[in-house]
Amino acid sequence: MSDVYIVGTDMIRFGRFPERTVPDLGAEAALMALDDAGLNIGQMQAMYCGNLMQSGNTIGQKILQEIGQTGIPVVNCANACATGATALREGWMAIKAGVYDLVLCVGVEQMGRGLLGGGASSGIPTEGLLGSGTMPTLFSELGMEHSRKYGTTFEQFAKVSVKNHEHSMKNAKAMYQKETPLDMVMNAEMISFPNTKLMCSVNVDGSAAAVLASEKKAKELGLMSRAVRIKASALTSDPFTDHDLTLPDFNTCTRMCAQQAFEMAGIGPEDLNLVELHDCFATAEIMHYENLGLCAEGDGGKLIDEGATYWGGRIPVNVSGGLLSKGHPLGATGIAGVYEVSTHLRGEAGPRQVEGATIGLAHVVGLGNAAAIHILEKVT
Amino acid sequence: MSEATATAGPLPVVPYLKLPEGGSPYLEGTKCGNCGAVYVGPRRACSSCFSRDQFETIRLQNTGKLYTYTIVYRSFPGVETPFVSAVVDLDGGGTIKGNLINVDPNPESIPFDMPVRVVFKDAGRKDAEGNSYTAYFFEPAE
Repeated sequence: MSDVYIVGTDMIRFGRFPERTVPDLGAEAALMALDDAGLNIGQMQAMYCGNLMQSGNTIGQKILQEIGQTGIPVVNCANACATGATALREGWMAIKAGVYDLVLCVGVEQMGRGLLGGGASSGIPTEGLLGSGTMPTLFSELGMEHSRKYGTTFEQFAKVSVKNHEHSMKNAKAMYQKETPLDMVMNAEMISFPNTKLMCSVNVDGSAAAVLASEKKAKELGLMSRAVRIKASALTSDPFTDHDLTLPDFNTCTRMCAQQAFEMAGIGPEDLNLVELHDCFATAEIMHYENLGLCAEGDGGKLIDEGATYWGGRIPVNVSGGLLSKGHPLGATGIAGVYEVSTHLRGEAGPRQVEGATIGLAHVVGLGNAAAIHILEKVT
Repeated sequence: MSEATATAGPLPVVPYLKLPEGGSPYLEGTKCGNCGAVYVGPRRACSSCFSRDQFETIRLQNTGKLYTYTIVYRSFPGVETPFVSAVVDLDGGGTIKGNLINVDPNPESIPFDMPVRVVFKDAGRKDAEGNSYTAYFFEPAE
């Protein structure tokens, strides 16, 4: 089976673009990724499109209707917040299987503002009656589960947000470039204890794309010098665990996914130079430190206290600013994380470059549940 | 709000809340006879051991312990805050989420593993036909 390479990738600056359409946002990133590879849509053999909120609307085809209709197969993917990563993985798998040599993967989302979750119900609405089903609530309950197990504090969770906002000061594509000191984070409006407003990801519009190629094709096109190797691609759903049906268990599916990805890549967490992980809420990042093996079980709070996950630290996490400050356009997020890691491996990340990065990991989770991990390696 | 279309008595807020005539309300669950897993509500198959034919319908207990929670300050428009959204492990099995009432909404007042009891009362909300509903809540047991 051929190795699979990212030969072109880019993302638009995340923001709020209510006047634009989803296909238009996706088309922009698709063209940017094609330009980055020096290729055109006529060379693509298939397209994989991730979009969640308009998943019934053949967004992939509509993107092609804007950038070039060649009759290639289009697969539209929806998989909660793992949507973009799932689309990328479908492209990876098709090349692995030897069906195609060159494919385009796009993730795109246009978001409203405010709380996500809750859901429809018959009879009477149960939000605030039978507890709460919003996203901030779920990730706060999970954060409190971590507190009950390991004594993790509100301040430790808040430090994650301080870090990721600081990181985004060096990322022109992030929604915000604004420093948020600890007291500002902790004194921001409490949304759901222990997550304040600055500890919740930003709802933004955005898109990101990647062109994937087989080794043969990448060499034939002379694209190996900037290519990034996909060392592993893993996707899991939630296995049975005691509380999962009531309190969605994002930890176990991430751990399973990490184990599979590390095994496929033939490396361990100690070999990583940078990580982009799913910080949809500040509480989640601490849990994923442990889920991804960046520290021992229960040491997530200590890891942020030590500053190990800052740019320049032992294992930089979310140097892009993460979902907390770069923003979280659901269907685009998975590919945006892959773009960020790829950019560092190519040595093209400018002022936020993680020096000498040769291997990195991009992780997302989606409610429902899904976990996806890609491990990427610089081609030497 | 037509009186004519509303049913006579209150309806259960969720299908697994049972309101037996002349008896006390309770929550209904399912126990897998093969592996012992306890679920809230009915099941077609066991997601732990995949068994399909050894289910027993059980009455979930009205006592349990607080597993985790959050204090919700921002919810959807019209929902009164703050309130405590709690995940409770029921004695004898089953995990449910609901509002924890009759506590100070403050982390210092809400210890993990606090014993709670399940209480049933009017939901305080009516549907479009004017039906009233009975809901379940948690409150400190001590």
